[in-house]
Amino acid sequence: MSKRDYSLLGPDGARAVATGLAAAEWYHTDVPRKEMKALMQRSDAPAIRDTLLLFGLMAGFAGIGIYLWPSWYSAPFWLAYGVLYGSASDSRWHEAGHGTAFKTPWMNNALYEVASFMIMRNSATWRWSHARHHTDTYIVGRDPEIAIMRPPAFAKLIAAFFGLPDVAAFFPRMLYNAFIGVHPSEKTFVPESEWPKVVRVARISTAIYAATFALALWMGSILPLMVIGLPRLYGAWHHVMTGLLQHGGLADNVIDHRLNSRTVYMNPVSRFIYWNMNYHVEHHMFPMVPYHALPRLHAAIKHDLPAPNTSIAQAFAEMWPALKRQLASEEYFLKRDLPATAKPYREDFHLAALGAAPAAAE
Amino acid sequence: MTEWIDACATDDIDAEDLIRFDHGGATYAIYHAPDGDFFATAGKCTHEDVHLSNGLVMDYVIECPKHNGQFDYRTGEAKRAPVCVNLKTYPVKVEGGRVFIQVA
Repeated sequence: MSKRDYSLLGPDGARAVATGLAAAEWYHTDVPRKEMKALMQRSDAPAIRDTLLLFGLMAGFAGIGIYLWPSWYSAPFWLAYGVLYGSASDSRWHEAGHGTAFKTPWMNNALYEVASFMIMRNSATWRWSHARHHTDTYIVGRDPEIAIMRPPAFAKLIAAFFGLPDVAAFFPRMLYNAFIGVHPSEKTFVPESEWPKVVRVARISTAIYAATFALALWMGSILPLMVIGLPRLYGAWHHVMTGLLQHGGLADNVIDHRLNSRTVYMNPVSRFIYWNMNYHVEHHMFPMVPYHALPRLHAAIKHDLPAPNTSIAQAFAEMWPALKRQLASEEYFLKRDLPATAKPYREDFHLAALGAAPAAAE
Repeated sequence: MTEWIDACATDDIDAEDLIRFDHGGATYAIYHAPDGDFFATAGKCTHEDVHLSNGLVMDYVIECPKHNGQFDYRTGEAKRAPVCVNLKTYPVKVEGGRVFIQVA
């Protein structure tokens, strides 16, 4: 395969459409209908509990941080607040965007809008971006949410732990959307009927950031920015740490989520921040299952999946060397063994669509 | 010309659920609403080429299993992004414990 072109307007995307790799039918583990219906059931209670806890903790940590400001004693409270603002917002954006967090639609929408603002994503644009990510997960030239491209840009990955690439991309795009309109690349996945909303959301965000910045100038202090905006930088590390593990070092251009997604067992605090998205193969295979049911889904289908990574550290120990090998060879990826109880990988699907020889792997 | 097609038995579908029904090269979704009524729509989501039969019925809404788009299956109205285009609906009648749908 020639060098990958991740542009949504480039030749790789066009080829994926032409060959049928895009919008393909993906492999799913068989789950009896009755069992799947039970797993898909929605409930308000778990997400109400978790949302009250999240925003209660944020208010508490920020309140103490403000009270102790500008003493360095405030630092731990800002760090805790930052992780909830700049990382937990990612998983809340994600789950509410799927509409699976709550049973009640307005609750999903409200959390989605707030979390989108906190994680610095245009709520209108990114709803469609994520739909494409689920249609064409890690299909080069089609998926707009590929976190680790090949060859990996390590400096950018490390900068991502501090939110720098995301924030640097967000503000110019926010201003473009607010004052010029929808970007041509966004027009490839956002329906025209939603374009006015993209602009409206960008203008609201611009107004909030302008007001926060003006308040900081008036106060002669960065304190307002410590509450709104900066936590997206100093609290981003957790969502980047967990997010990179979702697909990093695994296959691209395949249509079996067991080949391109990773499930990792995590500690309870990270699972609260991440809202159980550590069960990532399960989530991609069955995106209708709410976050609180993912452990049960995992138990139901793990016989058909590669063994989960046992911890965040163990998963990084697996992924990082693979990323380094991709520096030398873009074709390299990790291919995990399936248990004897699993159905084989459906490599015939994507290889036929690619019209190519199997990629190098081990 | 339209015709009534025998799609399934009423007890083939649990209440608040659906099944897939293929006929004449087309695919349909047959719904059993919580109040006992039956409905029929096109079998695939209008957003992408995904069968709705693996989705979730909640009251009078069908949610697509791929992207969580939602339709009111009584009217076909698109209710939640990413679906924007309404779902085609088909007349249904129940006779002798069988569900019939009227297709073109």
